[in-house]
Amino acid sequence: MSDQVWTDVCDVEEIDAEDVIRFDHGGRTFAVYRAPDGSAFATDGLCTHEKVHLADGLVMDDTIECPKHNGRFNYRTGEALRAPVCINLATYPARIADGRIEILI
Amino acid sequence: MTLTTDPHHIRDYSLTGADTIHARETGLAGADWYRTEVPRKVMKDLMQRRDGPALRDTAIWFALLGIGAWGGIAFWGTWACVPFWLLYGVMYGSACDSRWHECGHGTAFRTSWMNDCVYQIASFMVVRNPVSWRWSHARHHTDTIIVGRDPEIACMRPPNVFRLLLAYAGVLDMIDSIKTLIRNAFGTLSPAEKDYIPQSEWTRAIFAARIHMAIYGATLAVALLTWSFIPLMLIGGPRIYGCWHMLMTGLIQHCGLAENVTDYRLNSRSVLMNPVSQWIYWNMNYHIEHHMFPMVPYHALPRLHEVLKHDLPAPNSSILDAYREAIPAVLRQAREPDFYVHKPLPPTAQPYRMEIVHV
Repeated sequence: MSDQVWTDVCDVEEIDAEDVIRFDHGGRTFAVYRAPDGSAFATDGLCTHEKVHLADGLVMDDTIECPKHNGRFNYRTGEALRAPVCINLATYPARIADGRIEILI
Repeated sequence: MTLTTDPHHIRDYSLTGADTIHARETGLAGADWYRTEVPRKVMKDLMQRRDGPALRDTAIWFALLGIGAWGGIAFWGTWACVPFWLLYGVMYGSACDSRWHECGHGTAFRTSWMNDCVYQIASFMVVRNPVSWRWSHARHHTDTIIVGRDPEIACMRPPNVFRLLLAYAGVLDMIDSIKTLIRNAFGTLSPAEKDYIPQSEWTRAIFAARIHMAIYGATLAVALLTWSFIPLMLIGGPRIYGCWHMLMTGLIQHCGLAENVTDYRLNSRSVLMNPVSQWIYWNMNYHIEHHMFPMVPYHALPRLHEVLKHDLPAPNSSILDAYREAIPAVLRQAREPDFYVHKPLPPTAQPYRMEIVHV
């Protein structure tokens, strides 16, 4: 049985649509997104290229752009889309429950 | 941590030498850099991508290239062709650099394929391997002016002043660039290239070099077959006779400023410019701002400058003013390689991050 649990992140209103925040928990750092349609997503918080916090980057449609080198990932799938990122990003299930965003970690 | 200066230290700008090891050991490589605090909502607004400004500028760029080429050919053999070739040369041999740069960051257009398309064209014009230079520039942003890590340091210390002057003629850089492309086309990457390009990209870098060399070969063949200089004036040649503006604006980005620091305000220079140069340069005169926040597109850099200026040294008031600062500094570095220009900050600014300084 998995020891992952749904973990509370923040009120849904704390993240604008098409934006991202940093969420630190248990010694790890995550990036938590709201897509343009308002749905929630979560990935590892650091770029796989040079460990820069993605929460300072730009969310465009389904992509997050790293603020340091402009590498891009699809935050829904974690797929690396644009150099200099080559390694995919880990993703985590996310949901909105009772006006709160939760991620399964 | 303050690292003391060894006056007998001879800098090793290679990416595989003693300074590379030193940069890794001291934490200069891949360091956390100082950035001015900007509210998220403001930064989010500044980062927004649009196709409109770059579509407009690219249409103007191609139109000016077309006018220059048309006039240069139509009036070939008369003095009337000179202004047209001057126009064509600067649009080809200088504007290509800023287009290469901005599209390489992927910030010029919102639409990805437009960035990629202009990036490939501009890479060819500026005689840079589009694969390897993408990685070179990523390293430049990771380790800006860190000796032994940054492959794009133009003003090494002590400076070779003669070579810096010759750079304006464009010939030396063209020779070096073509030699690199030929080497890549024959399947060889240098140790430095292997250091900053992931192995998975090596094949693509070699393929790109072969495409570029094939076009140059075809251009040369047409020139010989028609016994005309015009093909060389149109392709390749402008990188020599039209690169002066690229060098005039590019060399003042970092020359005369600090090395081995983790604060862009110490190693980069922002310069106010005339609107024509600023258009050719696509606002990269706001260079501190660009390095601090490379995800802000060129058309938003003037707004970013307004947001950050309380925390930055005053920009140089003109290109001439920047050279008045940089030339004496570079000449002094010929005698004192550790010298650099340390600019005062406004009272509203956070102090310089000086805990790691190894000049």
